[in-house]
Amino acid sequence: MSKKTLPQMIIHFVFILFSLACIIPLVSIISISLSNETDIIKNGYSLFPRVFDINAYAYVLYEPIQIINAFKVSIIVSILGTFISLIVMACIAYTLSRHDYRFKNPLSFYVFFTMMFNGGLVPTYILLSNYLHLKNTIWVLILPYVAVPWFILLLRTFMQKIPYDIIESCMMDGASEFRIFFQIILPLAKPGLATVALFTILQYWNDWFLSLLYIEKESLVPLQYMLYRMMSNIAFLTSSSNQLPPGLNNAVIPSESARMAMAILAAGPMLAVFPFFQQYFVRGLTVGAVKG
Amino acid sequence: MINKILGSRENKKTIQLSILALPAILVFFVFSYIPMTGIFIAFKDINYVDGIFHSPWIGFDNFKFFFTSNDAWLVVRNTLGYNIVFIVVGTALAVLFAILLNEVISTRFLKVYQTIFFFPYFFSWIIVAYMAYSLIGPLGAISSLINKMGFTSFDFYTTTWIWPILLTLIHIWKGIGYVSIIFYAGIMGISQEYFEAAAIDGATKLQMIRKITIPLLIPLITIMTLLSIGKIFYSDFGLFFFVPREMGQLFPVTQVIDTYVYRMLKVSGDLGMSSAVGLFQSTLGFIVVLLSNYAVRKVNEENKLF
Repeated sequence: MSKKTLPQMIIHFVFILFSLACIIPLVSIISISLSNETDIIKNGYSLFPRVFDINAYAYVLYEPIQIINAFKVSIIVSILGTFISLIVMACIAYTLSRHDYRFKNPLSFYVFFTMMFNGGLVPTYILLSNYLHLKNTIWVLILPYVAVPWFILLLRTFMQKIPYDIIESCMMDGASEFRIFFQIILPLAKPGLATVALFTILQYWNDWFLSLLYIEKESLVPLQYMLYRMMSNIAFLTSSSNQLPPGLNNAVIPSESARMAMAILAAGPMLAVFPFFQQYFVRGLTVGAVKG
Repeated sequence: MINKILGSRENKKTIQLSILALPAILVFFVFSYIPMTGIFIAFKDINYVDGIFHSPWIGFDNFKFFFTSNDAWLVVRNTLGYNIVFIVVGTALAVLFAILLNEVISTRFLKVYQTIFFFPYFFSWIIVAYMAYSLIGPLGAISSLINKMGFTSFDFYTTTWIWPILLTLIHIWKGIGYVSIIFYAGIMGISQEYFEAAAIDGATKLQMIRKITIPLLIPLITIMTLLSIGKIFYSDFGLFFFVPREMGQLFPVTQVIDTYVYRMLKVSGDLGMSSAVGLFQSTLGFIVVLLSNYAVRKVNEENKLF
């Protein structure tokens, strides 16, 4: 690139400002979660705790049955969902990546038509709740997202990059398609699988839509949905017992800060993990959008 | 004889590959294709006594009811309006960010920026709603700043005029890290020779951006825009549902087709009408996708959806 560059100062100024905009909201909820409730109510939230206090966490984690349960639901759904959906999508992506597959075009149409037209929310809702009886089961949080056309497209693009000669020589040796897929293709498609796995796990972890629609049973409430319900009603957290931990008996119930503490607990795991996998995301994004 | 063997091998291959595709085929069948047959609900007056199959047919009454209500214009206006603003402002800013990212000399800073810009993408909309509330809620830092400036009775969650701006900012804030990386990759794909040649001819950086980078990015920008236009009747449910905290006062500027259908289904329990609105949405959406795909094909055959 040329030696003449745009004034770096201006660029850094713009980017540092936007970086602050990305970080401040997070700092804000962390700060509130670590603030003293009485002080918050009197003086409002602030970006740094005026009166440092971990009562919110003590309160939230005092009788953590509901929270632990919500974590459990979210973790099970994320792991099981990612596992199932990755296998299902990789299988069909392989079939679609084979230009010598006889029904390639009709099958592509069958998959990608669902991106263009859908029956809408109501028929799906009635089908799942009245006919398949999936309401209030763990499966309703998993199955609707098992096959996502966009991810299948990504996987197919990755698999198409594997030289056909490899597949052909395996066929010459008499290997079945299953064997080629599991022993040759899957190992070679690892980077692609990793990318899609990350997208999928994020999709499951951050999902609230399915639980909003289909979950009423307390034991199946995932983290995000729990957070949603706490938005207006902190009491949901302590519906069983409206007690404060011993030692906090005379204190104000830290409802404002406890809410933010919950948000931190829910966002934490993804936040801690994902910056490290960022390059997989970037690769996944660019392989789909830009060719060459 | 040889033909016969080859034929059976060919068949075996087709069968095995089909078996691999079967689980996904079933999932699509159950979760996408069966619901498509349910669009007839839009033409019925659903009551729980008769069930969905035996409720009486009422033709287009559900649609008529929707279109004669004040809601129809409102939700369609909001959906299209927000999407148009998001596409125009969002794309322009993402391209600007991509170009600026490309100008950052220090690779360490570049990595740090990209990582930070990606942050908001990892938060669910509920977390974003909490964050927004922590800043602009009645106790929030921004609110108290505004109060100190003398606007003591200003409340974000009851002030309608500010929400189109807020929602646009939040939408861009959450997505720009993601979209600008796509454009950044596009810029990286431009051959360095163009820039070298321009540099020899004494072109300035701004000239290069204007005459090389942007023109060569146009196909990608066009495709990204057309893909967004294909989704113009759909909205990001979480943004419009959680971030304004379901404040009824804000509905005139926050209600979009998706939230309207949801509320009609879950709050009012009006199956017929909500599915009529849903069908209206998916039909128009389908037409728009066909049109935009036709346009994509004209621009670049490779990027077409089908």
